Amino acid sequence: MPNHQILIYEPWCKGCEICIRICPKDVLALNDRGKVSIVDKDACIGCRQCELHCPDLAIRVIPDRPGKKEETPPEPVASEPPPAMLGQGPPALLGDKPIIKVMTGNDACALGAIAAGCRFFAGYPITPSSEIAENLSALLPKVGGRFIQMEDEIASMGAVVGASLAGAKAMTATSGPGFSLKQENLGYASMAEVPCVVVNVMRGGPSTGLPTLGTQQDVMQARWGTHGDHPVIVLCPFSVEETFFSTIRAFNLAEKYRVPVVVLMDEVVGHTTEKAVLPPASEVHVETRPRPTEPPERFLPYKHTESDIPPMAVYGEGYRFHVTGLAHDETGFPTNNSEEIDRLLRRINRKIERYRDEIVDVQTESLEGAQVVVFAYGSASRSAREAVRMARAEGLPVGLFRPTVLWPFPDKELVKATENARAVLVPELNLGMMAHEVEWALQDRSKVHKLGRVDGEPLPPTAILAKIKEVLG
Amino acid sequence: MNQTQPVTPYSDYLRLSKFPFIWCPGCGHGIIVQSFLRTLRKLGIHKEDVALISGIGCSSRAPGYLDFNTLHTTHGRAIAFATGIKLTKPHLHVVVVTGDGDAAAIGGNHLIHACRRNIDITALVFNNYIYGMTGGQVSPTTPKGMRASTAPYGSIDPPFDIAHLAAAAGASFVGRTTVFHTPQLDKLIEQALQKKGFSLVEVLSQCPIAFGRRNKIPQPFELMEFMKKGAVPFSKAKDMTPEELKGKFTTGVLADTDRPEYVEQYLKLCEKVQGS
Ligand SMILES: Cc1ncc(C[n+]2csc(CCOP(=O)(O)OP(=O)(O)O)c2C)c(N)n1
Ligand code: SF4
Repeated sequence: MPNHQILIYEPWCKGCEICIRICPKDVLALNDRGKVSIVDKDACIGCRQCELHCPDLAIRVIPDRPGKKEETPPEPVASEPPPAMLGQGPPALLGDKPIIKVMTGNDACALGAIAAGCRFFAGYPITPSSEIAENLSALLPKVGGRFIQMEDEIASMGAVVGASLAGAKAMTATSGPGFSLKQENLGYASMAEVPCVVVNVMRGGPSTGLPTLGTQQDVMQARWGTHGDHPVIVLCPFSVEETFFSTIRAFNLAEKYRVPVVVLMDEVVGHTTEKAVLPPASEVHVETRPRPTEPPERFLPYKHTESDIPPMAVYGEGYRFHVTGLAHDETGFPTNNSEEIDRLLRRINRKIERYRDEIVDVQTESLEGAQVVVFAYGSASRSAREAVRMARAEGLPVGLFRPTVLWPFPDKELVKATENARAVLVPELNLGMMAHEVEWALQDRSKVHKLGRVDGEPLPPTAILAKIKEVLG
Repeated sequence: MNQTQPVTPYSDYLRLSKFPFIWCPGCGHGIIVQSFLRTLRKLGIHKEDVALISGIGCSSRAPGYLDFNTLHTTHGRAIAFATGIKLTKPHLHVVVVTGDGDAAAIGGNHLIHACRRNIDITALVFNNYIYGMTGGQVSPTTPKGMRASTAPYGSIDPPFDIAHLAAAAGASFVGRTTVFHTPQLDKLIEQALQKKGFSLVEVLSQCPIAFGRRNKIPQPFELMEFMKKGAVPFSKAKDMTPEELKGKFTTGVLADTDRPEYVEQYLKLCEKVQGS
């Protein structure tokens, strides 16, 4: 008589009775612990129905087939993995000498991305950002990168996160309505600490708003657009050349701090054609994410390290880690432990706060003796700079405070720059979004005046100058 | 015989410390996972070479238990994340685990576009006719008349046929079966994994808790039999009238074609661009 072995691992059995019911020979029954057990072993015919239908991998049958050898499949062999990071070499498409180019901000953004080592772009067309995708669809195949036009912005952002986890420096570009759709998976990148760059060439909102006209109405969405307490860095260049450097910086910050970085351009910066000087390749500094040094057995994908930034492995290089958007512990697996959840949330937010001095960047002009400080960013700061120069030419005590990084907010720097000022003027292409933040940072130290515009037209320098004069009294 | 160690032959593919599965007693999802592991073992696929990506739902909890490159994404978006992974690391076997709600409601757009592109990803759709994780709301595959927590009087929505949807959208390989039919399930997963291009296997899987109890079939095995009764092989269905096919679903291989695969096409294009 054949002697089929039936093996049961009780801790995994949930007593669902599928095996008992599917067995054609009534071999199995529930025991008094509510788990499956063998009641008539000799009746077993070795059909394995119980094993094949066990949802919990708790039962196994080793059939006894005298004279017949069980086929054992070949031992799996791992394939030779490609390099962990996709196509990382010296900055591409730059020369040994500076290159002078006349181009748009959207062109500069694409070139900056390639120089920074971006090798993956997924996007969905939307005015006024589409030229970034168009440029990269031509450039990425040349440098061994990947370009894909997805079915929507949600998918684009998902593909970017997937690509980054698999070892590509990755980016997407969009505008208002698309930026709204990106928020879901942008938050995922914040939570799972996946480096990536999201460009938003701002247009007028809300909703479909003003597709072809620039405003700055997404500065708060860029900081708080996705739900939950989350880390994010937001850059805001004001010229074509600065867009090139800001895009490189965006990748460097994303990689260094394992965080999504938003580059907020607007229609004016994206579509303005002007001169830009691109540096030689040797002068471009490129960062790559911190990488693990320990062997896979000891690797913790979300280790709480002294730096607050855990080293990052990528898929397919031997680490086989787990990533989730659920609250997780150092191992990367979901947790309900309140201490672990608190530790994670505080760490991912702290890692930006504690390095804010390295991240924040402010450009200033004629602040000395300034009674009025103009706080301006992005395209509005082009007019603001002009207005400040006009005011100075008339002998008025006015200075410019121009952050190229909006978030983290340059509060310390602003307090210092306005110590001796009577008032701060915030001209911006929205109804006073950053002015609120300026007020909050200054408390009652200086009076804050707003100058907002949302009709899609730029703020002319003369309008800002008039307001400066009004404030000076 | 009672053992002191797990008895499964697939331990090498498992994160043993995470077991047992989170799923309810008698949930069919584990049967699909077992079939998947058996097939990987049969094909000699190494765990280093597998990326397993899921969305959100009971089904989407599978990757946490399996010792591959695993990613638990947002609801419905697994295929989008998987697309980024496959394009970046084409040497990986990229497999998506998804539920009927995840794949056909919130993720429906991503699904049909992956089919259209024919990117080399295998999607395993765990179709339990219901939103299990959120407590049994109606899903795009709930059969008409069946009850759900948001269809207390029986669903009036016509359901999607996920397999036909995928085939029509251009998937290279499409199969459908139930967890009752494990030999066929193994075979379909094997064919799907071997197909170059987008492949999808829709597996009818019982949810005794959120679907069964509400529809008076709370016993897992009886729910499996209920699904089995609805299954008609494609070959047989051809000769049946619409009347005869009412309330049934077809099983077997629905599509098996050879079309250019997306990543291969893309890499060829790169070569051409770089050469010129
Ligand atoms: C954007 C979003 N909407 C809704 C949810 C809530 N939610 C979680 S799982 C789920 C349904 C899952 O059903 P299905 O895909 O059929 O998988 P099952 O749980 O039945 O295996 C929903 C609606 C969510 N997590 N995210
Ligand atoms: S609710 Fe349904 S699908 Fe979810 S684990 Fe329970 S039985 Fe399975």
